[in-house]
Amino acid sequence: MIEQRSTEDRRPTSAALDEARLRQQAIGVRLRQMFDEVVNESVPDEFLEILRQADKRTAENG
Amino acid sequence: MAGARENSPPRSPAEDEAFKRELVQLIPHLRAFARTLCGDAAAADDLAQDAMMKAWDARASFQMGTNMKAWTFMILRNQFYSEKRRSWRQSQLDQEAAERTLVAVDDPEAPVALDELRQGLAMLPAEQREALILVGAGGFAYEEAAEICGCAVGTVKSRVSRARKALHSILDDGAYERDGGAAGDAMRSILADAERLSTVR
Repeated sequence: MIEQRSTEDRRPTSAALDEARLRQQAIGVRLRQMFDEVVNESVPDEFLEILRQADKRTAENG
Repeated sequence: MAGARENSPPRSPAEDEAFKRELVQLIPHLRAFARTLCGDAAAADDLAQDAMMKAWDARASFQMGTNMKAWTFMILRNQFYSEKRRSWRQSQLDQEAAERTLVAVDDPEAPVALDELRQGLAMLPAEQREALILVGAGGFAYEEAAEICGCAVGTVKSRVSRARKALHSILDDGAYERDGGAAGDAMRSILADAERLSTVR
């Protein structure tokens, strides 16, 4: 179905560009979703406890 | 970093408090980044905790008002690679470790396409995966990602671009297959999602 016009052959059609862009966006959305899944988990208490103790040591030492 | 601390002025409790508040808000992001880098959820949390404590200990060398997120991500990344170097002989198969990480899904009802995206990511070279995650998911500018990875901006750009292309073909061509469907299904499912999202906006 591709017409043989040498100047345009090398360039992707605008429909192809649109689709490529859509795919980029789609993967981007999924990627953020994957990352945000962990970001939105509740932080284990351990983290805050460790930090609290370190802060307490700082206060005691000086 | 330890040297910088000796020469810096003493810190007030208020400064420490402000630092701590900002650091606490970054914990979820550190956990997410760690999860993309290492073994499993538990190992990732160990790494995130180590990075958090390193950041706390080095707080005197951090200038408030500058980008703490990028700074802590850099600490976490350095921590990850220095640990890995140390234990290189024990775990030389880091590609396998990456696959375990990214494939490990805590939620059995997680969308299939997300699972396959993880698999696809696991097939990328580590530096491409990392660049794509920082820019594509972490919300960092190319310049910030370059700083975190300790490389040139152009290098990050080309890694991200190569990662995107590779991911497309992995998801498209069915380089990976799972029970009941070729990986091409993953791309279709991802596309369907994107269309739905774009109509919502």
